[in-house]
Amino acid sequence: MENLISIFVKSIFVDNMIFAYFLGMCSYLAVSKTVKTSVGLGVAVIFVLGITVPVDYLLNKYLLVPGALSWLSPELADVDLSFLSFIMFIAVIASMVQLVEMVIEKFSPALYSSLGIFLPLIAVNCAILGGSLFMQERDYANIAEATSFGLGSGVGWFLAIVGIAAIREKIRYSNVPAPLRGLGITFIITGLMGIAFMSFMGIKL
Amino acid sequence: MNGLRKFIDNIKPQFEKGGRFSYLHSTFDAFETFLFVPNLTTRRGSHIRDYIDMKRTMSFVVIALIPTLLFGMWNVGFQHFLSMGESATLWENFWFGFVKVLPIVVVSYAVGLGIEFIFAQIRGHEVNEGFLVSGMLIPLVLPPEVPLWMVALATAFAVIIGKEVFGGTGMNLLNPALTARAFLFFAYPQDMSGDKVWIAEHGDAMSGATPLGNLLTNQPLTTSASDMFWGFIPGSIGETSTFLILLGALFLIITGVGSWRIIVSVFAGGFGLAALFWAIAPYIAPDNAYMALQPWYHLIMGGFAFGAVYMATDPVTASQTNRGKWIYGVLIGVMAVLIRVLNPAYPEGMMLAILLLNVFAPLIDHYVVEGNIKKRLKRIPVKA
Repeated sequence: MENLISIFVKSIFVDNMIFAYFLGMCSYLAVSKTVKTSVGLGVAVIFVLGITVPVDYLLNKYLLVPGALSWLSPELADVDLSFLSFIMFIAVIASMVQLVEMVIEKFSPALYSSLGIFLPLIAVNCAILGGSLFMQERDYANIAEATSFGLGSGVGWFLAIVGIAAIREKIRYSNVPAPLRGLGITFIITGLMGIAFMSFMGIKL
Repeated sequence: MNGLRKFIDNIKPQFEKGGRFSYLHSTFDAFETFLFVPNLTTRRGSHIRDYIDMKRTMSFVVIALIPTLLFGMWNVGFQHFLSMGESATLWENFWFGFVKVLPIVVVSYAVGLGIEFIFAQIRGHEVNEGFLVSGMLIPLVLPPEVPLWMVALATAFAVIIGKEVFGGTGMNLLNPALTARAFLFFAYPQDMSGDKVWIAEHGDAMSGATPLGNLLTNQPLTTSASDMFWGFIPGSIGETSTFLILLGALFLIITGVGSWRIIVSVFAGGFGLAALFWAIAPYIAPDNAYMALQPWYHLIMGGFAFGAVYMATDPVTASQTNRGKWIYGVLIGVMAVLIRVLNPAYPEGMMLAILLLNVFAPLIDHYVVEGNIKKRLKRIPVKA
């Protein structure tokens, strides 16, 4: 249990998807204009990461790693399907995003229209694929750890996008030099937020 | 005084539109309003007239900082002679520190104000007075041995990236002085931490580690609490004397410049978490010297008090709502102690805690405002 909490906290703050790895930047930069929509997107990302990482964990463990198929029959013990991991992970992610899209369209049409193209684009959000690949690379011991990591990464991403959205709402009244308006200043803000998030670097949990 | 006023009125037309030096208008304006309270009156409607304009506000903070600056100068000398094993008079101590610290202050002001003036001229806005305070804060949070070119570089970074790209004073996201310090801290760690930098021209008679540095390496604390409270310890120039910082805090609270809510809640948050750690330390981590520290020590060590009083209360980067200020302050205190105790990479957590909460202050405000709107919406009778 302690282990799960430490993985969760670590993936929110120390290994934050945005500030430690700069993953998932495209939708982070594009959809962070208001807090409301970014909360919607953030929750969608938490959901997708929370589902895909454990599902991909199972796929990885029982299909893909060398010798994973031995549960079918002993002859398959030396089959190595790990070259398929990218396409399998992406397929899982894409179907999950489809699901989220349908749910949001049904229950919150306003959010659906304000997220626009970025909702289906979660499927190619690098934070999501990154989550699954980190899971594979870090070799989590069981599915509970993988779930905790997926949810934690999602919460970290959520925190980042909601934080920057509030800042962007505030600086709407600032006199930013014309060439920097829009994306330019957003990149600078992201950098400054990254400095602030350095406070967590090096914490061992 | 009258002569000065006359002289300014005399040369004023030269700087107005169409005058010979009209391109220097904002520079002139900055100097004029620095010397005299502007006498502009609004034309219509009722208005509250208050002489506390932004320049006056900033001067109050600078006044509150002067005791810590003077003490800092004396302490730089004191620590130097102590480490050499020599004894020196009050005046010798002060003079040594004065010679060390003054160039840092001058460089910080010259570079920062220079950039401010350039931006004001190019962008055609008035010179912002925010740097009056930042220019004083930057030297006070640096170690006395910092090279001057680093001061210049960090100041330039803080003013341009931290402030001017957002449109100048009042628009910035992070506290400029802390941005400068964080820049140096991550770019030149060897000059900003460790044992060597805290005492100017360090002798061998004693180790130059700060109490925080000692704790990080699990050495026992050798400094007495009273030394830390009065400030006879190595550290950044202005941060050592908790007593003088509290005097400054009193001044800021009485004049209404600093928010007492933030100051109180930062101390409360820090004390609360430190007390919690202190209580549970024997059970979970008996070998962590930091965790077993009595909670009041946290408040008088390192930059905690300085950050709480002068940095966290920055009206631009702090939360704007009253309830937000409580949340913001408590979280700063909690984060600072958390980073000190749990993060072996940094001995001091105050700087990063404040920067982190600067980043999230707009979010806190957003939700406080939303919450208020919701609460008040409930009060209006529902129309069918």
